[in-house]
Amino acid sequence: MTQGILIKNAYVIDPLSGIRGEIMDIAIRDGRIVEDALPGSEVIDAGGCLTLPGGIDSHSHVCGTKVNFGRYMSPEDMRAGRTSRKGVMHVTSGYSVPTTFGNSYRYSTMGYTTVLEGAMAPLEARHTHEEFTATPHQDMLANTLFDGNWSVMEAVREKDVKRAAAIVAWTLAAVKGFAIKLTNPGGTEAWGWGKDVSHIHDPVPYFEVTPAEIISTMIQANEILRLPHSVHLHCNNLGVPGNFRTTLETMDLAPPAGDDRQTLYLTHVQFHSYGGTTWRDISSKSEEIARSLNSKPQVVIDMGQIMFGRTTTMTADGPMEFKLYMLHHNKWSNHDVELETGSGIIPVYYSRKSLVNCVMWAIGLELALLAKNPWQCLLSTDNPNGAPFVKYPEIIALLMSRRMRENERKEIDPRTEHYVPLFALDRELDWYDIAVMTRAGQAKAMGITRIGKGHLSPGAQADVAIYPLKPDNLDPSVDYQQVMAGFSRTLYTIKRGRVVARDGDVVVEGANSTIWTRSRVPPEYDMGSDPEFTRKFDQYYTVRLRNYPVQDVYLPRGICIETEAAL
Amino acid sequence: MRIEDVVCPFCGCLCDDLVVSVEGTKVLSVENGCTLATEKFTGDHRLAHPIRRTGGAWEKTTYDDAIRETAEILLDAERPLLYGWSGTFVEAQTLGVHMAELLGAVIDNTSTVCHGPSILAIQEVGHPGCTLGQVKNRADVIVYWGANPIEAHPRHMSRYTTFTDGFFVKSAFRDRKVIVVDIRETDSSEIADEFVKVTPGGDYAVLTALRMIVRGKGDLVPATVSGVTREQLFRVAEICLSARFGAIFFGLGLTMSRGKSKNIRNAIELTEELNRHTKFTISPMRGHWNVYGSNEVFTWITGYPYAVDFSRGIAFYNPGETTSVDLLRRKECDACLVVASDPGAHFPRACAEHLASIPTVQIDPHMNATTHLSRIQIPVAVTGIDAEGTAYRMDGVPIRTRKLFSTGYPDDVSVLGRIYSLVKEAKG
Repeated sequence: MTQGILIKNAYVIDPLSGIRGEIMDIAIRDGRIVEDALPGSEVIDAGGCLTLPGGIDSHSHVCGTKVNFGRYMSPEDMRAGRTSRKGVMHVTSGYSVPTTFGNSYRYSTMGYTTVLEGAMAPLEARHTHEEFTATPHQDMLANTLFDGNWSVMEAVREKDVKRAAAIVAWTLAAVKGFAIKLTNPGGTEAWGWGKDVSHIHDPVPYFEVTPAEIISTMIQANEILRLPHSVHLHCNNLGVPGNFRTTLETMDLAPPAGDDRQTLYLTHVQFHSYGGTTWRDISSKSEEIARSLNSKPQVVIDMGQIMFGRTTTMTADGPMEFKLYMLHHNKWSNHDVELETGSGIIPVYYSRKSLVNCVMWAIGLELALLAKNPWQCLLSTDNPNGAPFVKYPEIIALLMSRRMRENERKEIDPRTEHYVPLFALDRELDWYDIAVMTRAGQAKAMGITRIGKGHLSPGAQADVAIYPLKPDNLDPSVDYQQVMAGFSRTLYTIKRGRVVARDGDVVVEGANSTIWTRSRVPPEYDMGSDPEFTRKFDQYYTVRLRNYPVQDVYLPRGICIETEAAL
Repeated sequence: MRIEDVVCPFCGCLCDDLVVSVEGTKVLSVENGCTLATEKFTGDHRLAHPIRRTGGAWEKTTYDDAIRETAEILLDAERPLLYGWSGTFVEAQTLGVHMAELLGAVIDNTSTVCHGPSILAIQEVGHPGCTLGQVKNRADVIVYWGANPIEAHPRHMSRYTTFTDGFFVKSAFRDRKVIVVDIRETDSSEIADEFVKVTPGGDYAVLTALRMIVRGKGDLVPATVSGVTREQLFRVAEICLSARFGAIFFGLGLTMSRGKSKNIRNAIELTEELNRHTKFTISPMRGHWNVYGSNEVFTWITGYPYAVDFSRGIAFYNPGETTSVDLLRRKECDACLVVASDPGAHFPRACAEHLASIPTVQIDPHMNATTHLSRIQIPVAVTGIDAEGTAYRMDGVPIRTRKLFSTGYPDDVSVLGRIYSLVKEAKG
C-alpha cells in the first residue's frame, strides 16, 4: 500500500453519512477511509469540486455468456467504439457492448468503482467470473438467475420455502453469486417450449406454479437466508403495452421491509410501466407505478432509462427478445440454459421519430421525478438495454434540468406529450438526489454498506470520485452541458485507496474483487448431500455435480459476505 | 488411482464424466470415454524436450534458449501471426491475445479454417441456440446436417441427443425422431428416421425449399431439389413443424461446402421461421475441445471471435484479409507462433510452404505435421492430463479441466508467460 492520500477542499456529498454538501478533507490509508492522514500522504487538492463515494451500478450487463455473445454477433458495434493501447490501457472495442477492458475503463473514468452484473446463469457462472477478472477496475457482483430453476419450482410447488432457501444457498455458494435474480419468473421455463406466461397467476407449463408463487417464495427464502440484497426482480411482461398492471400486482407481493433495506428490488421499471393495449396506443403509467412505490418503502426500483440511438438489448428473458425480434427483424440470438433460465439478444435503435420510443424515454425520467424518495428509485439504463452506461451523465443532466427536457421536447415526436406526463413535471433533482441515485442508494439496496461500500465514513472502502464540478458555482438547471461533461470524466477516480483514473485516462493496472455471499445452513439443508437434489442433478444436467461449482481460483480477490440462515 | 469426473480435452463435446485410472504419470485405462478420448489419454507420443532446427537437422535445446529465441523472432518480425489456440486453455489464450496486442500482431484461431463461415452467418442474422442439456431434456426432433457425430463427436448422441433419456423425453429411442442430411450415407445416417441425401453443393437450395414449405409457399417447390424429392421435403418439414422442441446440429459439411456462410445463414433463418410455429434451436458441432473458448476470449478482450489484427494499434477484424490462410497465401507474415494446433496438416499447400519459409515456432506437446515446417518446437503439458484450465464446451458451457498428475512439462501459460515477459521487457 502507498503512504495514503489526503483529499483537501472536497465538496463532499455522502448521503449515508448524512453529509449533504460540505467542504472537507478526506484521508485515505491502506485502502480505507481514515480519520487522519499519515504524514507524507499524497495530497490531492479537490479545489471545491464535487466529491462522492465511488459510483455503484446496481444493474448492468457487462460480463458473461450473453454479453459476450452480444459482442460476438456484432462486429458493427465493435467497430463503433474502438481505442488503441495507451499507457496501461489495453486496446478496446465496442460502443453498446464494449470489451471487458472497454467497460472497465469507461466506468472508471466516470467514477464507478462497483458494478453488479444483472444476470448470471449458474451453469455458466465460470464465464462471468472470467470476465470479471478482465474488468479490473470495478468490484463485481453477480445476480444469479433462479427464474426457471427446476429444483426451486419443485420446492415452490411443494410449498417448501425452506427447501427453496436451501437450494438458493447451495447455488450461490457453488457459483459464487451475490443475489437472487428472477427474470420473467416462470416465463423462461415456458420459453423452453416456445411459450411465455402472460400474468403473475399464469401457471408455468408442467411445473404448475405461478410467477407470483415463485416470487413470494423466493422473497421468503431470501429473508430466511438473510442475504445482503433482496430478491432482484425483472417482472413478467416486459415491454408489453398494458404491463403496468402486472407490475403493480407484483409490487403488492412485497412484504413489509425490515430495518435496513427493501424486500423487493424491481429492475428497469421503465420497461414495465406501459399503458394502452397495443403499440399504437401505448402510454405512460409512471404515475400509477410511482404512486404505488411512494406508498411502499419495502420496494426499490431502478429506472431502466432508454436514450435515443443505437444499442443492444440482452436479457435472460428469452421470450421477450423473440417478441422484440418480431418487431425489429434485425438479428436475433437466443440461448436457453438447461434447468435454469434462458436468454436473448437483439440490436435496436431507439428513435426520436418513433412515438413508442419517445414514450419509453419519457417514462424512465418520470419514474425518477415522481418517486418522492430518491433511495427508492436508482439511476440505470439496464446497460446496455436502454442505452450504454456512458449515457448516465446525460440522464443526470435531464433529471437536474427542466430546461434541458424542454429542449429535448422540441426534438422528439410531437405527439409524445399527449401520452406522457413528463412535461408537466417541474421537479429538478439536486446534487444530493443524484448522489443517492448513483451510489448511496445502490449500496443500501444491495446491502453492501456493511463492507464499506457507498459511503466515506472512516472504515469505508476508499472508493472516491472527484468530478470537475463546483456545485457552489453551478446552476444545473441552466448549466446542464457542464453537468453532463463533468459526470462523464472524473478528475480523479480512487479505488481502494489508489488513484486509478485521472482526467479520462486509467493510470494503473486494476485489481478488483468479486463480492459473493454464502449462507451457512444446517447439515440437513445442505443440498450437496441431498439425495433427491443430487440424483436429479446427475440425471438431467449435462455437467457433473462435482464439475459445477466455480473454483476459488476464479476469484483471486474474492470477498465473501457470510450470513447465518434462519433454517 | 481412479479419478472420477474427468474432463476430456478432445472434441467440443467436452464430456466431463470420464473415469481415468492412473499410476504415476501413466494412464492405465479410461472408462466412459469414446475411442478418441481413450487414445488422447493413453497415447504417448510426446516430444521429450524443446528442439531447434539447425541447417537440415533437429537439435535438442533448452527451454530457456527456445523461449528467448522465440521472443526474439516475434520482436524482430514486422507482421507476426499468432495462430492456433483451440487446443489450450483460456488462461493461455488470454496471454496470447495480450501478447498479440503488444506486438501489433495478428492473432487467429482454428475457426479460421473451421466454423469461421458459421460465425460470419451469426454476425449477419444471430444465433438461436441453447445448452446441450436443453436438447437432452426436451428435444423430440434432432437434425444433424452435414455432420457425422458417430465418427467425429462419438458421444454427442449418447450424452446429449439421440440415445439419452431426458426429463421430458422419457424414452429417447421411442420419443425422438432423428433426421440426418448429408451428401453420402454415414454411420450417423444409418440410425436416422429420415435420411436426406443431398447432391454435393445443394444444401442451400434444400434449406430454401424447407423454408418455403414452412412459410406456406410449398406449392412452388419443384419435384426434386438438389436430389431430394418434394415428398421428402414436405415430410421433413412436417416432422419439424410438429416437433415440440427441435434441435439442428450442423457440421463442416454445411459450413465448408458450396455456399459456406450463406448455407449457415439459411439454416439459421429456417430455425427462426420454425420458431414462429414451435420451438427450434440450432448449434454448430465445434471441433476442438476449446475452440469455442478461443472465440470467447478473443471476443471479450478484442471484440471479435477470430482473425484479429493489431497492426494499426486498434483491434481490426476483416475475415478474408486478416484470416491466417489469406495472410499466409499473400506471403505477408514474416514470423509465426503456432500454439496448440496443427496448421501444417490443415492449411492449403501454399500457406504451409510460406510457414516453412519464415521462422515458425510451435508450442505443442506432440510432433505433428507443423513440426516439419517449424524452426523451433517447445513441448508443453497436455491440458486436461498434466495441466488444468478453463475450456468452453461447444454450447458455451465453461468447464475446468482437471490435472491428473504432474510431469516435468511446463504448461502453456508458463511458456507463453515467459515469452510475454521478454516481449514486455523489450517493448518497455
